[in-house]
Amino acid sequence: MLKTWRFHGGLRLPAHKNLSAHRPIVNAELPKQLIYPLQQRPGVQLKATVAPGDTVLRGQIIADSDHFLATPLHAASSGTVKSIEDRIIPHPSGLSDPCIIIDTDGRDEALPPEPVEDYRLEPAATLRAKIRQAGIVGLGGAAFPTSIKLNPGPQRHIDTLILNGAECEPYITCDNVLMQAEPDAIVQGALILMHALQVGDGIIAVEDHMTEAFQALSAAIEQSRDRRLTVVKIPALYPTGGEKQLIRVVTGKETPSGGIPADVGVICQNVGTAAAVYNAICRGLPLTERVVTVTGQGVKQQQNMRARIGTPISDLINQCGGYQDSVERLIMGGPMMGFALPEDDIPIVKATNCILAAAGSEVATSKETRPCIRCGDCAKACPVDLLPQQLYWHSRAGNLEKCKEFSLFDCIECGCCEVVCPSQIPLVQYYRAAKSKTIAKAKEAEKAAIAKRRHDFLLERKAREQAERAERSRRKKEALAKLKAAETATEGAE
Amino acid sequence: MKFSTVMSPHLQPVNSVDRVMLQVLLALIPGIAAMTWFFGIGVLINIALAVAVALLAEASILGLRGRPIGSTLKDLSAIVTAVLLAISLPVIAPWWITVVGVLFAIVIAKHLYGGLGYNPFNPAMAGYVLLLVSFPMQMTAWLAPIELGSAALNEVDWLKLIFLEQLPANIEFDAVTMATPLDSVRTQLGLGRSVPEIKTDSVFGLLAGKGWEWVAGGYLLGGLWLMWRKIIGWQIPVGLLLGLGLFASICYAIDNNQFAAPSFHLVAGATMLGAFFIATDPVTAATSVNGRLIYGLLIGSLVYVIRVWGGYPDAMAFAVLLGNLTAPAIDYFTRPRVFGQKA
Repeated sequence: MLKTWRFHGGLRLPAHKNLSAHRPIVNAELPKQLIYPLQQRPGVQLKATVAPGDTVLRGQIIADSDHFLATPLHAASSGTVKSIEDRIIPHPSGLSDPCIIIDTDGRDEALPPEPVEDYRLEPAATLRAKIRQAGIVGLGGAAFPTSIKLNPGPQRHIDTLILNGAECEPYITCDNVLMQAEPDAIVQGALILMHALQVGDGIIAVEDHMTEAFQALSAAIEQSRDRRLTVVKIPALYPTGGEKQLIRVVTGKETPSGGIPADVGVICQNVGTAAAVYNAICRGLPLTERVVTVTGQGVKQQQNMRARIGTPISDLINQCGGYQDSVERLIMGGPMMGFALPEDDIPIVKATNCILAAAGSEVATSKETRPCIRCGDCAKACPVDLLPQQLYWHSRAGNLEKCKEFSLFDCIECGCCEVVCPSQIPLVQYYRAAKSKTIAKAKEAEKAAIAKRRHDFLLERKAREQAERAERSRRKKEALAKLKAAETATEGAE
Repeated sequence: MKFSTVMSPHLQPVNSVDRVMLQVLLALIPGIAAMTWFFGIGVLINIALAVAVALLAEASILGLRGRPIGSTLKDLSAIVTAVLLAISLPVIAPWWITVVGVLFAIVIAKHLYGGLGYNPFNPAMAGYVLLLVSFPMQMTAWLAPIELGSAALNEVDWLKLIFLEQLPANIEFDAVTMATPLDSVRTQLGLGRSVPEIKTDSVFGLLAGKGWEWVAGGYLLGGLWLMWRKIIGWQIPVGLLLGLGLFASICYAIDNNQFAAPSFHLVAGATMLGAFFIATDPVTAATSVNGRLIYGLLIGSLVYVIRVWGGYPDAMAFAVLLGNLTAPAIDYFTRPRVFGQKA
């Protein structure tokens, strides 16, 4: 048993995992229509590489971009591109954005897979390119491109790969069931990632209640006969699944504020991502499906489903027997950090780990907000050791300088402070608002600086031109005077 | 299907101010019960009067401030203030003492500073200090505990005593009142007696005063329950008792004729009430974990210093108000190191 460390704060939350944890993964039906937002990751707009009317095959790239945080998007089944039109996308804003709509033809024809014969013979750059080409991003919820994480640069020495199997948010069990169902794919994926990173240590972290997953992974490691990989059980404490918290728990290292895990020699990947890497490299399959937990008291049958990316949520809910009358809120992600969706005609994307159809009794419906009584429970719960109460005062007062002084940008928005707050203050909202105000202000300042540079340049140019003109006219005058003098001299000589 | 969109976290909050205040009130029950047993039902009359005045004052001022009245009264904070003040008063305090104290606590110490959460000073202690400074005679006349043969007063006698300031014809005022143990140690030391001599007086029990020990035990019990329920942290009570105990032990070790034993100081007066119910008021205390320990230590030390060398026999109210003054500075200097940042 490996030693584990602690981080400050955190919460033991009611897990609600039994709703879905002990049922096999159900293959979701092929939907009639697949929807692909061109913004799979907020702020990164892909360009469609197909046009309405085109026929596509499963695994065919339909959108890509040369933005460094972009990864290609693949059709999850065969069919015809119906249109590229604005639809509501899965984003906290609830706004519409262009989406590629594909009418599936039911034949589910795929491009021939192009597996790598032996990944151990391939250089890291080739594997990274292959992983990017397969459209793989972090499947834990953040959807950060895996190929970029695998390229930390020569100045950082990486010694450990951590596979994140700590599903710390309540309700979500997709990683847990995947670890039970496909431990070999995860272990092989981990070994590929370790090869690509050239690291000697691989740790798969699971929560202490995931006994079956732990056993399945241990057996798979045993079978792989690779002693560099170990499974470790860690306490189920929210938010242990947060990257920096997990690194702390598993290695005792603290990722510096504003830094990335690679700064302490660690790369973190979700277990689902590792399985996707295995599928891409060894089976030649791009990322077109994932396991999604459909759960909550608001849906008839809670279960984990292997669904095509692009499947509308309403399709999944229908296959789970539909909603209960008590359904109150539809959340993408978990109850702590997930965002509420305005409707269910929204597709799942690569980052969708959970669809939580919550009954009114499961979510906060009416908070009775009272003044802060400075009880300090928020500070006790904060996993980053911030002073949430001070941040609240300063963000409420709009004092962004003070917010920065109290490390606003170290806040991971995990929601612990808000859940324990007896005054039921929507703390995280205040922090989000203060963060966006700070970012907007910085952008504004940058714009102003550019404008000032331009203006200064203009003034400088004008002054230079004026000086040049003056110089020219002075020279002209001089030349003229010389000429005149010469003329006079000649005249005199004559 | 359409759904409402709300920002995360979606999980229900696990606690509420109303629940916190209710538990504080429940935790006061053993102490109040002991007080009633040893000193009579005057304490209950004081509590009822204080609560009524507090609710009325809070409602009026909320109205004046244009704030919601019903939902705010429900937070029980005014009742907590009223009860804490009422149990700090002498049980035979005339009605106007209670009324003036509560009005000052709620209207001036609490609402003129912005209401719940915004008051820099503990309202109950601000009210208490105002009374102590303004009406020293009424504030120091304590009833002798029942077991010392103080005359049995019936309900009507009590009401007459508090509201009309009349005692039954056959009872002399001086016959029912006596100095508190703390007061008596102080006065007697001034008369040149030593502590061991003084402790033989009838007012003293095993550790502190007769009856007083049980009252302190009641508050200790309630306080431990609050700690167990995680309504209060251990830092302030432990810090306070440690600060007071440490000072008392040192002085007692130096000269046990001139200084009372630490056990006496820990049990006498408002020590237990202050440690678990008054200094722990979150609004006016330091907030950081280490800060709270320092805050408790400071108040405990001040209690001892004022008791022994200051002008007042008990000092909890002054010590707490002085502690309140230092809370912002303590918080400033005890900020925890943020994860991933250098110390």
